[in-house]
Amino acid sequence: MTDTHQDTGLPGTDAGAADAIDAGTAEAFLSHDESLRHAPGPYFGAYGGRWMPESLIAALDELQDTFDKAKADPEFTAQVAELNRNYAGRPSLLTEAQRFAEHCGGVRVFLKREDLNHTGSHKINNVLGQALIAKRMGKTRVIAETGAGQHGVASATAAALLGLECVVYMGAEDTRRQALNVARMQLLGATVIPVTNGSQTLKDAINDALRDWVANVDTTHYLLGTAAGAHPFPAMVRYFHEVIGEEAREQILEQAGRLPDAVCACVGGGSNAIGMFHGFLDDRDVALYGFEAGGDGVESGRHAATITLGRPGVLHGARSYLMQDEDGQTMESHSISAGLDYPGVGPEHAYLADIGRAHYEPITDAEAMEAFQLLSRTEGIIPAIETAHALAGAMKVGRRLAADLAPGEEPSDRIVVVNLSGRGDKDVATAAGYFDLLPDDSAEQEIADEGEQL
Amino acid sequence: MTTQSTNGPAGPATAGHSKAAAAIEKARSEGRTALIGYLPAGFPDVQTSIDAGIALARNGVDLIEIGIPYSDPVMDGQVIQEATVEALANGFTVPRIFDVVEGITRATDAAVLVMTYWNPVMRMGVRAFAERLAAAGGAGLITPDLIPDEAAAWLEASDEFGLDRVFLVAPSTSPQRMQATVDASRGFVYAVSVMGVTGARTSVGAAARAVVDAAHAAGADRVCVGLGVSSSAQVREIGAYADGVIVGTALVAALRDGGVDAVADLTRELSTGTPKASAGGAA
Repeated sequence: MTDTHQDTGLPGTDAGAADAIDAGTAEAFLSHDESLRHAPGPYFGAYGGRWMPESLIAALDELQDTFDKAKADPEFTAQVAELNRNYAGRPSLLTEAQRFAEHCGGVRVFLKREDLNHTGSHKINNVLGQALIAKRMGKTRVIAETGAGQHGVASATAAALLGLECVVYMGAEDTRRQALNVARMQLLGATVIPVTNGSQTLKDAINDALRDWVANVDTTHYLLGTAAGAHPFPAMVRYFHEVIGEEAREQILEQAGRLPDAVCACVGGGSNAIGMFHGFLDDRDVALYGFEAGGDGVESGRHAATITLGRPGVLHGARSYLMQDEDGQTMESHSISAGLDYPGVGPEHAYLADIGRAHYEPITDAEAMEAFQLLSRTEGIIPAIETAHALAGAMKVGRRLAADLAPGEEPSDRIVVVNLSGRGDKDVATAAGYFDLLPDDSAEQEIADEGEQL
Repeated sequence: MTTQSTNGPAGPATAGHSKAAAAIEKARSEGRTALIGYLPAGFPDVQTSIDAGIALARNGVDLIEIGIPYSDPVMDGQVIQEATVEALANGFTVPRIFDVVEGITRATDAAVLVMTYWNPVMRMGVRAFAERLAAAGGAGLITPDLIPDEAAAWLEASDEFGLDRVFLVAPSTSPQRMQATVDASRGFVYAVSVMGVTGARTSVGAAARAVVDAAHAAGADRVCVGLGVSSSAQVREIGAYADGVIVGTALVAALRDGGVDAVADLTRELSTGTPKASAGGAA
């Protein structure tokens, strides 16, 4: 156990052995001695762990044991590969975005098309893997949390496919505003439970899912939707998303003949980003960028830029960066994108930020919506608003790369790969409202006024 | 587990140093099951929570557990959640916990433990929190989402300031973890009676007895049962095998519905269940 950071304030202000260990890790990383890939947990530097009630530790142990054995079982890995190929539609494409690239300083931009997966985002990778794990544990029921409904829909999909009972916890307000996604989950056979506790947001949906889990742990697996939570969730969720980065790395080598200069992804809890980053973690010359939801702007206080402005703390089982007040109470996050609207972040991202391997920056709602519209009009691809944060980030990164060329180099000598984590069909009402495309008296306008997705 | 208690695992040797152990041993010497009452700080306001704590002590509670209202109480059911939401809405801030502890310990000789989720403690700084708690006369902490595996800083701070550290064990706890948790605990070991969250239940499962027996077998001298207890009959039933009984939700509901007087009435009723069938027989 290396965690002596309990008294911590901001990173770098702590005293104790863990700092020495972190510094050692960072040095080893910088001197190319140590692989950052396949970090097994429970700790990522000073982050991660199990800040959980004792009642759930046995279930986490069982999950870890089952996952470790499954990874080593060729039958399991073949099962995952088969579902990825013939159900989810993998490998997803890598598409060069030439017209969008003109707005990125003229560098070459490639999009990893997770939007083309079944259910429309990267989330299918994780839910199929975890549903298979649930079956290996003999569980008959899965529970999940959802904000806008994307992970809930993906979980309901996997449960339907594999014959599991599925219960999804969702903030009461969200169930009203996301009525179509609730219907989608119900069509897939899931039960949706509106959460009326606390702030009635995603974090409260997680709280209620945990309360359900502790009471029903004999029959139930908690199908957590992001690379956060108690060990082994961060390492396990990453494992099921690693396929994104593996494919992208192979595809860019094939299409461009070399590795990219930068890889961009959006970060809420951070599952699509960690899956993408993982493929490139040991490629020291590939810069990794995670883009957080800056909401109305980080100076406004209304944002979800957890790494940019949060402080280390514990929430939902892991130590990581956390949006919290002076008392350690969790603060409400704000973003136009419900999928990024979470006050925590996965612990591996916190670690990668501290050692400088990945860089995290906020993108405002306005910047994201500009990129949303731009990709739609230049490439014929409507991205999820979550993903639009990564695209807005790629525009900045591309321009920086173009401004920093050596003599004789062209912008087109630089390559940026963006994880196009999801499609924007669900966001049409929000976007139409944002760009004022709806008649005032339409039902869609009413939904758009709520600032949420369909 | 990296730090062993200087006083041994929730054992008799700690009684001289541990306020919680002393309170439970005093009840035992009087032939009673220790009665432990929980209320959240700042509900409905700071002064009322102090008055209600004093009412607990004056009407038969041996040990008081004061909760810190927290934004994400994953181990709590509806009644306690609503109370803590109200406390926060009414302006409760974490440092006020020390006012509540001091207000109760100054007026009574009851031992007062603080029950808290871990992030507020981590935010203040574990050592700073421990120092202020000790200065306020607090006995120690009950930590529902901190397991000994992650508790290095708290083990150290609780040793430095002579505070009790009450960890939880559950029906799902493995024998290995039971031993480690009993070893890390001081004051008593909190046995979770059922797999679930706080809230009154008509019956406390058979699992509770198995957890208590396992904790005793692992060397714990004081094991107290919480979750679901709301009546003197349940107190009597659990007192047959446990050293103390923890009542939370029922007291919070009483405070909500009938104020401090209702807390006093319920405490008196609950305490009629504490006499042991044979004095001191359940050690």
